[in-house]
Amino acid sequence: MNAPSDILKKTALHALHAELGAKMVPFAGYDMPVQYPLGVMKEHVHTRTKAGLFDVSHMGQARLTAAEGDAAVLFETLVPGGISSLAEGRIRYTQFTNDQGGILDDLMATRFGDTLWLVVNAACKDADFAHISAKLSGRATLEIEDRALLALQGPSAEAVLAALMPACRDLVFMQAVWTEWEASAVLISRCGYTGEDGYEISIANDRAEALAKALLAHDDVEPIGLGARDSLRLEAGLCLYGHDIDTDTTPVEADLMWSVPKRRRAAADFPGASIVNAQLADGMEKQRVGIVPEGRAPAREGTQIQDSHGTPIGTVTSGGFGPTLGGPLAMGYVTPIHAAVGSQIQLIVRGKAMPARIAAMPFVPQNYKKG
Amino acid sequence: MSKKFTKDHEWISLDGDVATVGITDYAQSQLGDVVFVEVPEVGKQVSQGDDAAVVESVKAASEVYAPVSGEVVEGNGELEGNPALVNEDADNSGWFFKMKLADTGELDGLMDEAAYAEYVKELG
Repeated sequence: MNAPSDILKKTALHALHAELGAKMVPFAGYDMPVQYPLGVMKEHVHTRTKAGLFDVSHMGQARLTAAEGDAAVLFETLVPGGISSLAEGRIRYTQFTNDQGGILDDLMATRFGDTLWLVVNAACKDADFAHISAKLSGRATLEIEDRALLALQGPSAEAVLAALMPACRDLVFMQAVWTEWEASAVLISRCGYTGEDGYEISIANDRAEALAKALLAHDDVEPIGLGARDSLRLEAGLCLYGHDIDTDTTPVEADLMWSVPKRRRAAADFPGASIVNAQLADGMEKQRVGIVPEGRAPAREGTQIQDSHGTPIGTVTSGGFGPTLGGPLAMGYVTPIHAAVGSQIQLIVRGKAMPARIAAMPFVPQNYKKG
Repeated sequence: MSKKFTKDHEWISLDGDVATVGITDYAQSQLGDVVFVEVPEVGKQVSQGDDAAVVESVKAASEVYAPVSGEVVEGNGELEGNPALVNEDADNSGWFFKMKLADTGELDGLMDEAAYAEYVKELG
């Protein structure tokens, strides 16, 4: 349920969104822009062809410091990712898992010395921070960083940001550095959630609007809302927490085992490791897949998936229209025997069976700047 | 006849005994970019307020309701290949379907243009 708008939280860019003519919606307890006057379709295409500026300040940022030694080693007791092996200034995508292997949230962790910088989802941040503090009580300190977070995504992102923060040029995908902009400390991370090259920029709340305006002053930059953020991440095949992954899905089922290195699987020392390893050995009941409907009708979250004989085999968890793909697309969970790319399935949309195929993800090529 | 309007933002325009139905310009502006439209089959009987068509934006699917009761006599085939026509020209060429009315008296319960304009204004 969405909170009434009068008790919704506001990011440091709230006034700017209004000034830019955004249509606001409640999202994870915040009053956030879903689209600007450009509209979802054009905002999406603009991000893929030039650069889009997103306010992601609702996400949680925190710094983890161990009482003794390396915070990354301690943090591995909470997540299945390879964190202790992170080199200085490198970023890793991972998940908090529970004892059943279910995903509590997904997140980014960056190493600076013996500390970790964490970025977690807005809707989960309070629970995540409580979870970390409880599990690592007495052994580590978690400092919640109340800062703004801006994402600049798209092929023009490097050129645009380099004019303000030249250090951004030296980064490759999944690398971060602390630098300064107009005497303010900023953390630039070369990552994002659109499938494009780009950055997330963490800055003090009272400097966020000035930075956003400086970026928007560039001809190639348009503000982008949550609507296009969703269609961009869906085309990139990236999971949305609470929809494509949750406590009922494991990293195996969610097809996220690329983020769990062999060392962690062998050590089996993260929450739910026995279940994850059992699924790897014996198989699981469901698997996340990409889906492309053959017609034009989008299949939305909750749509039933059937095999070609009409037997239910799963459910769509995210679905809509891909402006760059030029047609409908979806992701969902099916029984593994139907998960092969190219498998014929059908989607039950408004009571009618619509033919579709299992498709490889990402749906559109990624455009990351690899090292 | 001049257009009549529903609270769900459909318009209906009667010509003889056949009426054309679409969604208002306000409705299309609220939906955003339309990416898919499903129009009813010819011969379908609808009662006032029934689901009659579907319009989908990038973000979500919405129902289009029958403003009055009757029989569908034509769907706008143009929208299948060019759903964006709803955004470009909601009031005219972006029409959804035509219907033969069961009871023209049902039109009297709908808003006229001035009343609809006032209604939209109150929605903010």
